[in-house]
Amino acid sequence: MTEKKKIIEARNMSVGYGDTVILKEVTFHVNEGEIFIILGGSGCGKSTLLKNLIGLYDIISGDALIDGQNIGKAEGQELVNIFNKIGVSYQSGALFGSMTLLENVMLPLEEFTDLPQDAREMIAAMKLRLVNLEGFEHFMPSEISGGMQKRAAIARSMALDPQIIFLDEPSAGLDPITSAELDQLIMRLAKNLGITFVIVTHELDSVFTIADRCIFLDKVSKGIIAEGHPKELKEHSKVDFVKRFFNREVETNQKEKI
Amino acid sequence: MSAHFQRNDIDSNSSVFKISGVLNSKSVGPVWRQAMLALDDNPPKNLTIDTSEVEYCDGAGIGLFIELNRRQNEKKFGFEIVGLKEEFQRLLNVFDTGKGIQKLKGPEKQEDGLFVNWGKSFCSLLKQLSEEIIFIGSLSCAMIQAIRSPKKKIRWKDMWGAVIEGGIGALPIVVLINFLVGLIMAFQAAIPMKQFGADIFVADLVSLSILRELGPLMTAIVLAGRTGSAFAAELGTMKVNEEIDALHTMGLNPINFLVINRVFAVIIFMPILTLFADLAGLMGGSVVFTSFGYPMITYFNQIINAVQLHDFLGGFVKSFAFALIIASVGCLKGLETKTGASAVGKSATNAVVTGLILIILTDGIFSIIYYFLGI
Repeated sequence: MTEKKKIIEARNMSVGYGDTVILKEVTFHVNEGEIFIILGGSGCGKSTLLKNLIGLYDIISGDALIDGQNIGKAEGQELVNIFNKIGVSYQSGALFGSMTLLENVMLPLEEFTDLPQDAREMIAAMKLRLVNLEGFEHFMPSEISGGMQKRAAIARSMALDPQIIFLDEPSAGLDPITSAELDQLIMRLAKNLGITFVIVTHELDSVFTIADRCIFLDKVSKGIIAEGHPKELKEHSKVDFVKRFFNREVETNQKEKI
Repeated sequence: MSAHFQRNDIDSNSSVFKISGVLNSKSVGPVWRQAMLALDDNPPKNLTIDTSEVEYCDGAGIGLFIELNRRQNEKKFGFEIVGLKEEFQRLLNVFDTGKGIQKLKGPEKQEDGLFVNWGKSFCSLLKQLSEEIIFIGSLSCAMIQAIRSPKKKIRWKDMWGAVIEGGIGALPIVVLINFLVGLIMAFQAAIPMKQFGADIFVADLVSLSILRELGPLMTAIVLAGRTGSAFAAELGTMKVNEEIDALHTMGLNPINFLVINRVFAVIIFMPILTLFADLAGLMGGSVVFTSFGYPMITYFNQIINAVQLHDFLGGFVKSFAFALIIASVGCLKGLETKTGASAVGKSATNAVVTGLILIILTDGIFSIIYYFLGI
């Protein structure tokens, strides 16, 4: 059996803000085509890690390789080339409020391709159709629901057909049905288009449904305390916090109080 | 509905505090003060709280019991609650009095020495300065690139949108303010000048002041408040909503994408607005002038004799510099926005204050340059 290509590699990455180190020397990798979840308690640095992986924050030390290219050290055109390989969907959707959904999705195509206008429109409409937003092309972001905004943000992140899509809390604030629809969409895209997904989420239902592998970050040790398939971790993890997290159990002394 | 407090001393070491009635956040205040006063006056070694007549108790009442317990624990004195109804006892258990809640302390602040504080302020100033230098450098490069290939680099649709919104939208206020400035200045000058029979020179005074200084300056002040703050708030909101982050991760430079259009838009409409401002100021002066019985033609003749082309051009050239300052400061402050809703307001305020200071400074520099050029 051939070994899968490591499309993302984090090597001894320390991340944080200013002088504050939130995660210390974490090392992990993401295989091509897998749905990889970053898990952990609140404030453990999941979103910070994600923002370091996509080059928004400066890595304190260590390396983050996206398809073999070091995002922390890349500059100019090399950095733009890396950005063209990835798509990012933010927690808030981060759609441009002054543009329609179609214009939002068309934006990367306008900036990085020389396609004619009708081709750009067609491709953008196709991406919106893929996330079930057909008919909403000319709506403004403020005119659609939060779930639709998140789907539109995924469509925009797919505009240039990236190899990797990063999603920051995609199901946050969504009702269970919309959240399940989003899960189906992610699985469909991963399976049919071979896109690698790196997702930060708290939604355990989503994690068990879509994850191929996950890492579990810890606030106290500032590192990874568990790695593997969530179902395996739920049943066999030796780390008490991880087991409790997956089983939604509170600490024993807290339980007594209730 | 109220709460009541009564102290019964059993002996010199033991007391019973009888607390009764409704213990909620609205009624517990007086009882709290009485109980604490009683405890401070003569603290008993064994304190019993009799709660048998408590009709209602919520978090505020439980807070009172916990505070009494804490004060007794501090002195290593005894404490006991008796007669508490089961439903209130359950509430008490939730707050875990067994461990004793410690008195809250404010967050520990590390006291730095004077020199450390100075050093930190200096470093943060340097950091801000370096960010501003980087912004000016990036903006200059982006502007040069945009001038070289305007079709590709300028987002024309966004730019015209900003011209219409910022320029046409600001026209009424700019015209009104400059009209009033011209009128007030003429009126204030006319009274003393008339005493010397020099009221005809009001036209000279108004025209030179408006064209050289006040027209461009008042327009710049209005736009710093209107357009500069709007740019800062707009870009600040985009920053808070992660839209700027989204641009970064799409490989797009926010300066090329957002700032350039706005800067060129202001550079286009600001001089045009200045022309309208000049005209409005002169019209304001004419109202006072004609009210003295002079015909309009005399007013214009006086202006034509007093004003030379360089007077007008001197003011007009300034408006380009003011435009660059207003737009770039507004955008810079917007892009510097931190997180949170209040950050957007702060950025808008900073944009206006910084913009105004820079406008006045630049005006001063222009005056010195014009003085040496003999203009």
